[in-house]
Amino acid sequence: MKKAKHLYDYFWVYAIIYFALGFFNILFAWLGMIDFLLPLFLAIFGGNKFFCNHLCGRGQLFSKLGTDLKCSRCKPTPRWMSSKWFRYGFLLFFLTMFGNMVFQTYLVAAGAASLREAIKLFWTFRVPWGWTYTAGTVADWVAQFSFGFYSLMLTSLLLGLIVMVLYKPRTWCAFCPMGTMTQGICKLKNKE
Amino acid sequence: MLSKKLAAIDKTRCVACGVCENTCPIGAVKVRRGCYAAVEAERCVGCGKCARLCPVGCIEVKARDEA
Repeated sequence: MKKAKHLYDYFWVYAIIYFALGFFNILFAWLGMIDFLLPLFLAIFGGNKFFCNHLCGRGQLFSKLGTDLKCSRCKPTPRWMSSKWFRYGFLLFFLTMFGNMVFQTYLVAAGAASLREAIKLFWTFRVPWGWTYTAGTVADWVAQFSFGFYSLMLTSLLLGLIVMVLYKPRTWCAFCPMGTMTQGICKLKNKE
Repeated sequence: MLSKKLAAIDKTRCVACGVCENTCPIGAVKVRRGCYAAVEAERCVGCGKCARLCPVGCIEVKARDEA
């Protein structure tokens, strides 16, 4: 039995476009804020995970690659990856790194640090990314946030792809910080 | 007529990602209020598609009288 398709079933295309745009103009990284704010908005005001369940382009992309294109080994995800301590620990780590990125942006805005036209993968490896930005186009802090935010988005995509290949197509969802955060909010809101 | 098998979800481990809901060919699994997924026992045919793709492995297909 075929299920009816919705427009949001094709949001995996948006995920590809988002990451591709970051190779041409880093300022498009700001679009990723939708992926941060919309799930929180839906969880806080709607008390649901509609974003994770239907709108997450990245999750859909993992499903497409892992299930449809058979890029996943479909092996069981290690149990510790979905344990509470790991999920909330990773969320804490992720939020700390996000806070650090916002602080770097603040330093650039305050003139205490200069703009670095590079992205950092896995919070460790600096990769020159200067071709995606022409100096002076926007305020330096706007560009700094773009580089930082794109680093975060690309790192999480790569992590998701690695666990997709090794385990199940959407193993990333087991410890996705946004998923953990929104489920926590829903549990609090719905008193579960 | 009800199937002999049924998907059973361990809601304490479920991360409410919605993979099962999107995978279920008959729409028998739904994520409840963003907290965990639940199976509609009367509709589930026990095909196991949700269990195969669940990223945390919290779904098991059991005999209906055991579930």
